[in-house]
Amino acid sequence: MSDATATVRTERHPDLPPPATTVGVLGWLRTNLFSSWLNTALTLLGLYLLWLIVPPLLDWAVFSATITGEDRTACEPNPGACWVFIKVQFWQFIYGFYPPDQTWRVNLTFLLFVAGVAPVLIERIPGKKWALFYLLFAFPVIAYVLFVGGVFGLPLVETALWGGLSLTLVVSIIGIVASLPLGILLALGRRSKMPILRMLSVVFIEAWRGVPLISVLFMASVMLPLFLPEGVNFDKLLRALIGVALFSAAYMAEVVRGGLQAVPRGQYEAAAALGLSYWKTMGLIVLPQALKIVIPGIVNTFIGLFKDTTLVAIIGLFDLLGRVHTATTNAAWLGMSTEGYVFAGAVFWVFCFGMSRYSIRLERKLGAGQRRR
Amino acid sequence: MSLDTATLPTRPSAWNDPRVRGIVVQVVVLAAVVAFGIHIVDNTATNLAKQKIASGFGFLSNTAGFDISMHLIPYTPESTYGRAFVVGLVNTLLVAAIGVVLATVVGFVMGVARLSPNFIISRLAGVYIEIVRNVPLLLQLFFWYFATLAAMPHPKQSHDLGAGFFLNVRGLYMPSPVPGERFGLVIVAFIVGIVATFVVKRWARRRFEATGQPFPMVWAGFGLILGLPIVVLLATGVPLSFELPELKGFNFTGGTVLPPEFAALLAGLSVYTAAFIAENVRSGIQAVSHGQTEAAFALGLRRGATLRLIVIPQALRVIIPPLTSQYLNLTKNSSLAVAIGYPDLVSVFAGTVLNQTGQAVEVILITMAIYLTISLLISLGMNLYNRRVRLVER
Repeated sequence: MSDATATVRTERHPDLPPPATTVGVLGWLRTNLFSSWLNTALTLLGLYLLWLIVPPLLDWAVFSATITGEDRTACEPNPGACWVFIKVQFWQFIYGFYPPDQTWRVNLTFLLFVAGVAPVLIERIPGKKWALFYLLFAFPVIAYVLFVGGVFGLPLVETALWGGLSLTLVVSIIGIVASLPLGILLALGRRSKMPILRMLSVVFIEAWRGVPLISVLFMASVMLPLFLPEGVNFDKLLRALIGVALFSAAYMAEVVRGGLQAVPRGQYEAAAALGLSYWKTMGLIVLPQALKIVIPGIVNTFIGLFKDTTLVAIIGLFDLLGRVHTATTNAAWLGMSTEGYVFAGAVFWVFCFGMSRYSIRLERKLGAGQRRR
Repeated sequence: MSLDTATLPTRPSAWNDPRVRGIVVQVVVLAAVVAFGIHIVDNTATNLAKQKIASGFGFLSNTAGFDISMHLIPYTPESTYGRAFVVGLVNTLLVAAIGVVLATVVGFVMGVARLSPNFIISRLAGVYIEIVRNVPLLLQLFFWYFATLAAMPHPKQSHDLGAGFFLNVRGLYMPSPVPGERFGLVIVAFIVGIVATFVVKRWARRRFEATGQPFPMVWAGFGLILGLPIVVLLATGVPLSFELPELKGFNFTGGTVLPPEFAALLAGLSVYTAAFIAENVRSGIQAVSHGQTEAAFALGLRRGATLRLIVIPQALRVIIPPLTSQYLNLTKNSSLAVAIGYPDLVSVFAGTVLNQTGQAVEVILITMAIYLTISLLISLGMNLYNRRVRLVER
């Protein structure tokens, strides 16, 4: 016990960096991919799956694919996808058989629609009320004139020529615009104190929600003509539109009802205390708040409707999917079904994914006050 | 001093009385609806009379005269329209029932995978969910049927999957079981196993409540329901043989075949609905507050027990209502079968039968009534289940 020395540190030891295994790439890998045996096994399984799927897919869609050429002979030497098929048919997939020199009318209509919808959906653009009025009253008339023609020197384009993506958009947009007022009325009816009105609304809503859209479309195409007085006849597109609008009105009613229930009771009571009548209470106090809450719900209904419009192909209208499907059965392009469906799927995906991101963002924003975390 | 009558509220005039107005409005609306209904019925009757179509349900007992490619109950072209209707209904229920089970399993797996701490697994699940949810179901069905299954080889070059399974353009061929004489005993053992499981479960629960000793009910259940029949099967000398499909000439004979329409519809419906169920499961699990998990860990429960006893029972309360509507959607979506030629209710009844008989009103009304009934039954069943798992408030 002679030369035992004590070490006394006089200054603070500098902070050591965290262990190399907990930070940086290595740390990330450890916590996210290899934290336990099970996790490691899952990582390897995931990598194996990726290796199975991604390289052949990329090879098919990009590296071995054909882009140049005018017909299928250009594709024959390559084992990959034949995108020439899409390139040649592209404008038909978008416009159907709408006369090529008139397609500016379709483009203009959609531009006008976007101009009306943007203020409603994007917070920063002012003039929401005017935009809504424009969309509900002025736009339908303008769109009808532009699409159908027959007045102001625009040549008449029959609905049988409509098709492709533009028909998909027409059916889904008309469906949602027509179903909104009807859905609001039904939702008010369902929450009304009058028993007969309430019962009628409930029966209407539940009956439409309980049956598949395809049976509604069948009904619209075979039963509706029987309902009409002699001599009155609708064209096929209009019949489908009536079916789609009634069907989505039932779903819209449930969405709006959710919004009506979310408006605090105090708002109703305050309106009553001010002596406002029922319609003034609803129109000035309750509905503006309720509709703002349900915009994400309306967008989600629209996504569902947008996907469901593909069903009109079954009753003989050629929307995007119908056009693609018909094109793949064309003798000149047999065996191109994968390319066709992948293309149509990609178009639908871009629309639906974009809208669902928008609705999620909006939901976050509206729910910012009540979020848990 | 008497009250000044002038300051008392007077009864409002009849037009401003909310009660009177309510009654008037309702009577007017009801009258309008009834008038509209009468108008439509009248129009329809006139139109039908002009087209010389007899109304009524008598056509159901007429001979159908067409064949149906897939029928679980006996059916020939000599059968009646009513029989064809039942065949279609059974096919719809079959694909919906199997689809619900498959979609639930895949959906739960994907929903849990989406929340996995493993980066690759959660991203893979996320990509699956986002792709499948945002592409129309009809397009997916077309893809499965016209692009995937149509690319299968002809019977002569079938994929041999081993164990008597063959895959080709005509569908999936499987060995079909041929029960022997004493096979009934195995079925009896299966039923006994199920009953015994219930009895043991009650006993285990009572013991757990009395003494706190847990009982491995899952394994016991497996042993009773699956193990018992297997033991009986072996004890009776395996009274079960398989008829293998064989290639004869250009096609297979023997065995059971899963038609490509059925396979495509089932695949499309389950994959599509599973993506939605996965999202419900994810949000349900996320809705359980993290404090619950931490409290369970603090009590010394393991990860598995925490999931099973704490998280899942609470998550189910959130998951079940949207799950109900997914089941309803799957059942209603099975009507898309008409697009790829699977003989379901809509395809057989609202398609072929309607075209042959022209009884549009009756056929569409029956079809819609059936779907409504199925929808109501499913929501009734799920509501009963929901009542069992929901929060008990005192």
